[in-house]
Amino acid sequence: MGRRVVITGIGVLAPGGIGTKNFWSLLSEGRTATRGITFFDPSPFRSKVAAEADFDPELHGLTPQEIRRMDRAAQFGVVTAREALADSGLDLAGFDPHRAGVTIGSAVGATTGLDNEYRVVSNDGRLDLVDHTYAPSHLYNHFVPSSFAAEVAWATGAEGPATVVSTGCTSGIDSVGHAVELIREGTADIMITGATDAPISPITMACFDAIKATTPRNDDPEHASRPFDASRNGFVLGEGSACFVLEELESAKKRGARIYAEIAGYASRCNAFHMTGLRPDGREMAEAITVALAEARMNPEAIDYINAHGSGTKQNDRHETAAFKLSLGEHAYRTPVSSIKSMVGHSLGAIGSIEIAASVLAMENNVVPPTANLHTPDPECDLDYVPLTARDHRTDAVLTVGSGFGGFQSAMVLARPERSLA
Amino acid sequence: MSAKVVITGIGVATPNGLGVEEFWAATRIGKNAIGPVTRFDAAQYPTRLAGEIHDFAAEDHLPSRLIPQTDRMTRLALVAADCAFEDAGVRPGDIPEFDMGVVTASTSGGFEFGQNELKKLWSQGSQYVSAYQSFAWFYAVNSGQISIRNGMRGPSGVVVSDQAGGLDAIAQARRQIRKGSKLIFSGGFDASICPWGWVAQIAGGRMTTSDEPERAYLPFDADASGYVPGEGGALMILEDAEAARARGAANIYGEIAGYGATIDPKPGSGRESGLRRAIETALADADLAPGQIDVVFADAAGSPELDRAEADALTAVFGPGGVPVTAPKTMTGRLYSGAAPVDVVSAVLAMREGLIPPTTNVTLAPEYDIDLVTGQARTASVRAALVIARGQGGFNSAVVVRAVD
Repeated sequence: MGRRVVITGIGVLAPGGIGTKNFWSLLSEGRTATRGITFFDPSPFRSKVAAEADFDPELHGLTPQEIRRMDRAAQFGVVTAREALADSGLDLAGFDPHRAGVTIGSAVGATTGLDNEYRVVSNDGRLDLVDHTYAPSHLYNHFVPSSFAAEVAWATGAEGPATVVSTGCTSGIDSVGHAVELIREGTADIMITGATDAPISPITMACFDAIKATTPRNDDPEHASRPFDASRNGFVLGEGSACFVLEELESAKKRGARIYAEIAGYASRCNAFHMTGLRPDGREMAEAITVALAEARMNPEAIDYINAHGSGTKQNDRHETAAFKLSLGEHAYRTPVSSIKSMVGHSLGAIGSIEIAASVLAMENNVVPPTANLHTPDPECDLDYVPLTARDHRTDAVLTVGSGFGGFQSAMVLARPERSLA
Repeated sequence: MSAKVVITGIGVATPNGLGVEEFWAATRIGKNAIGPVTRFDAAQYPTRLAGEIHDFAAEDHLPSRLIPQTDRMTRLALVAADCAFEDAGVRPGDIPEFDMGVVTASTSGGFEFGQNELKKLWSQGSQYVSAYQSFAWFYAVNSGQISIRNGMRGPSGVVVSDQAGGLDAIAQARRQIRKGSKLIFSGGFDASICPWGWVAQIAGGRMTTSDEPERAYLPFDADASGYVPGEGGALMILEDAEAARARGAANIYGEIAGYGATIDPKPGSGRESGLRRAIETALADADLAPGQIDVVFADAAGSPELDRAEADALTAVFGPGGVPVTAPKTMTGRLYSGAAPVDVVSAVLAMREGLIPPTTNVTLAPEYDIDLVTGQARTASVRAALVIARGQGGFNSAVVVRAVD
């Protein structure tokens, strides 16, 4: 086995859970952070609920200049990257900066910033020839969201390979998977990686309204995200970020780093079916899971917990239930599966990284977070979805998956590095 | 890890040519395609020139159901993908579905599509926003649409690193081939010549205000005043060299032999740009000494400070005037994520013909110690080429392309 890659630092910013400690409290207590939208007047929209983060950038050390030039998603990313680096205890000053890289996942980049600036330069859509004299210089950073990776690199001192990974709703897994590959192949020794999205804006609500992907359960916002429940009728849009410090296992051990988990396997596949639709058989996600397990040199039986995509659309919940059965066989029925989107909503490209953080914390605490709001399972979803309350459960290895527009299906296996290899 | 990854098919669409033949016929003779913006009335804006693709009728190439759900840059990419398959002499069904993938770069996604939906949202109301807005504008759309059209279910991806991303995508595609994929599509397309995209590009502060098409985008010239943006890009099919030979591939254009990437230190740090390190990493990865590189396709930003940094990096690695340098993108303008894939295409075609395409319109300023190929194409044996791409924010990427015997 070549270079093995471990997580040595975590930073999380999620609705209802800013900072790793608060995030885990929310999940382990099964509380929900979904609510009626407060960021703008939601009355014109079909879906009026979201999982909003109460985020004060100044409180998190961003300067007024940084706050001005960065989209909210970039701010999230910088905050969680800094938190992850501090958590790792790593001082990049002692390293060749070109051996430290950055990958940041984001599905929709600076969509909120673009929405806001468009209103200004177009005078609320009145001008076809929008007025450049009203455009701030940071509009270019919104236009090309690789600015997120640049901001994180500047905030952490990394000067190696840097990029944004943007594969829709699997971005948060694919970004970390990309970073793992760079360390394994020897291109980098340290990666600051993760994902961020802040999509709660009118244009995002409008486009998901148009395809009825988000829930219209506006009368009960706290219980609006109901993955795997028979009554679920769409996802709840969220926002947030998680970032990690990744290192090669031996060098992490040598410096006495706290090792949270090894990223033991990762794979991504495409369904080549439909930009927003899923085939019910879950074949491509199953293939990604099988390949990720093989890369981790683990049998399906080694998986103690599945962190599901669990978006709360009928199509998704059935698709991934099929994928788990197809890839894990009988073991799928014996393994707890849960969706934290029931509590923190679906933050598009960010959620994959937030779910990696949840998976690692489940291992840390030997506690599986619940699927909130799950009272009556969809009869076609017949696995153990850990309804309502967290469960004490020995967790040495976790499978986390994502599925998204464009047909991307990704799977990642996290495990204790001292495990025995199959 | 060391498997050779080769280019076996090309699809290209640039302002000076649709398809490999037309593109190269134009590029080798230095045919300029920069002109006044025609897509909208640019009179009120400080930048009024662009490299536009004319005469592209998506309806002639794509099923009608794809038209309302795609931005222009996706239509260009889908057609280029079809061309690349044809060029490679392989059909999607010839290769197992999980062994084929798509890794593209993007900078601004389907920005014109997004513009039109933002306009509807704010001028008419949210219920007028297209159902396709949920995916037509986002950065992953080209990888998704190409995979769907061609039944490609293997490892895929999307990177965004401004103009450097085109090379980062090719490097990621090479990684996937080395991990076992049989065929990966890679490259990038951008087409944001619309008022909203234009204003965002103006905000970046690096575009020229010149109105003279042949005196506007002048990298390494004393009159350099910024760049002209363009639209288009290239997609190429990458395969394992052994596998390509085994299937009797008609075209083996060249090998993706080396790659390196860095990001510059935070502005104001006073530390050196990471460009030199990216170039050195790419050369080491290809196991080539600087003297073995026959031509450099420069990023050629077109503004004095950035040109200076690139010339300094080239001089540091190759010595003063140590290698021919060219920037055919002076003919088309900068194509964002499409620019570097187009340069990779030019590099392999330069190898094939033994001809370095020219940097048009430029008179080299004496302060730069580089051997810039200006005026006309230069006959030369090209066995290895270095392609450089840099993005706003400090992204530096370099790829070495090598001839295959």
